[in-house]
Amino acid sequence: MAAKKLNIKDKYRLLTRDLDWDFSYEDRKKAFPYEEFEGIKITDWDKWEDPFRLTMDSYWKYQAEKEKKLYAIFDAFSQNDGHLNVSDPRYVNALKLFLTGVSPLEYQAYQGFAQVGRQFSGVGARVACQMQSLDELRHVQTQVHAMSHYNKFFDGLQEFSHQHDRVWYLSVPRSFFTDARSAGPFEFMVAIGFSFEYVLTNLLFVPFMSGAAHNGDMATVTFGFSAQSDEARHMTLGLEVIKFMLEQHEDNLPIVQKWIDKWFWRGTRLLTIVSMMMDYMLPNKVMSWKEAWEVYFEEAGGALFKDLARYGITMPKYSEVIEKEKEHISHQAWWTFYTHGHATGFHTWIPSDEELDWLSEKYPDTFDKYYRPLWELAKEKEAKGERFYTTGLPQLCQTCQIPMLFTEMDNPNQNSMRDTLYKGERYHFCSDGCCDIFEEEPEKYVQAWLPVHQIFQGNCGGPDMGDILSEFYKINVGADNMDMKGSPDEERWNKWKGKA
Amino acid sequence: MSKVYIALQDNDESRYIVEAIEEVNEDCTIIHMPAMVRIERENKLVIAREVVEEKMGRDWDIQELHLNLITIGGNVDEDDDLFILEWKV
Repeated sequence: MAAKKLNIKDKYRLLTRDLDWDFSYEDRKKAFPYEEFEGIKITDWDKWEDPFRLTMDSYWKYQAEKEKKLYAIFDAFSQNDGHLNVSDPRYVNALKLFLTGVSPLEYQAYQGFAQVGRQFSGVGARVACQMQSLDELRHVQTQVHAMSHYNKFFDGLQEFSHQHDRVWYLSVPRSFFTDARSAGPFEFMVAIGFSFEYVLTNLLFVPFMSGAAHNGDMATVTFGFSAQSDEARHMTLGLEVIKFMLEQHEDNLPIVQKWIDKWFWRGTRLLTIVSMMMDYMLPNKVMSWKEAWEVYFEEAGGALFKDLARYGITMPKYSEVIEKEKEHISHQAWWTFYTHGHATGFHTWIPSDEELDWLSEKYPDTFDKYYRPLWELAKEKEAKGERFYTTGLPQLCQTCQIPMLFTEMDNPNQNSMRDTLYKGERYHFCSDGCCDIFEEEPEKYVQAWLPVHQIFQGNCGGPDMGDILSEFYKINVGADNMDMKGSPDEERWNKWKGKA
Repeated sequence: MSKVYIALQDNDESRYIVEAIEEVNEDCTIIHMPAMVRIERENKLVIAREVVEEKMGRDWDIQELHLNLITIGGNVDEDDDLFILEWKV
């Protein structure tokens, strides 16, 4: 009689139960030394269930198929000079920000999941983390491959890895991940597996990638959706780990809630950069940041927290502030980058009149009142040949490392600043959320590598700003940055398109 | 009641999967966006292997869903015949 084909549930059980071993002569606690110090109590790892029940053979099979599809498209894209089909050369600057700010996070996620995959003593969780680790490595590789085509034709993509570790605005995503990776394994899972993957990456990889398609960028939408096809599994892992911790012991609830509060706040701060990519850097618009936020954070996140309420989990702290921020942050961020456009690794610009009208329409309560006048002023100055760049270096928040660009949400004319004393030193923050996070773990955050502080301390070369930008950051000043108008990128584009 | 959702890459395989979802899930909403299709429904959404196979005219493994999946919202339950997304409130 032929052997009966195993069904998914049996295969998964064999992989995650029968292949594991017990420790007969070694101490299990010494084999998994990080599992208890965070205070999370696990009584029975066998209760762990992965609803996707993916086994290694299926994993390799489907991942290989995804890769084949993806690389066929990369080939077609580059063989057909796909970069000439993007809507507008300004669009490529969103890719520069993606490659320098996001792709290295995929690499950090690969490292982080490899680490926690080693540290969990439950084999179901370990297998899921190992698969995710491999996925994340695939993501960074495919992103670098996709962008390598653009790197042949546009400035600003050549030093992404070097810049990620140094440049002032890139320290925001970088420190977000190093914060998570230097936490314990369960906090890492809440930070990256749950808060980041379940709710926040949707905002980057779904509406933004749909936007890439809408702007004629076949390569990016393809790697984006290929990466995102792994993401559904990651989201499920994130949700399962939360439910698992809460089901294992009631003492886990306050710890998990505190991590959710921390990482949703950290995550929304991180997404500031995505908000401006959506509202200002996609020439053909799919949806506004505010609309994307409503669909993926408020609606989807709201449903998620309603579901978790049965465990006693509540909406993340400062949700009411977060709700107001959707009206403001993309405008505050792009204005900051525009005025610091000499110190960025990409081009900035004044939105066209058509784009300003679109923003007025999408943000009827805030744009005309607070932000359109800034752009009208910038237009006037530009017309007089006085394109404005600020000369000062911004103060950074000790926790999220974002320049102090945010305002009070109830008074958008007032900058939001907080401070606290710790061991005789005063530390500064952009918000109550970031200040709270510091006060919870001051010894961690006093060590933050803040780019502006480092410049002033002389650790980044200089003292001349031009030298810091070109030698320490490896920004090709005048080609990679400054205004889009008059840039070599624009000049080349016009030549390709036969324009004057 | 909350909405569960699934988004798929807009391609020929997904077209059949979307048809199968429409057939099994009364009152689901289908939203087309550039390069993707998003399907939402109150509380629960089911993908049935048999129905997808009928639409495609070939054998279809439920885990093939991973090839075209973009994102989901809801608790997942998957076996050889059904893929279920559900909020348990």
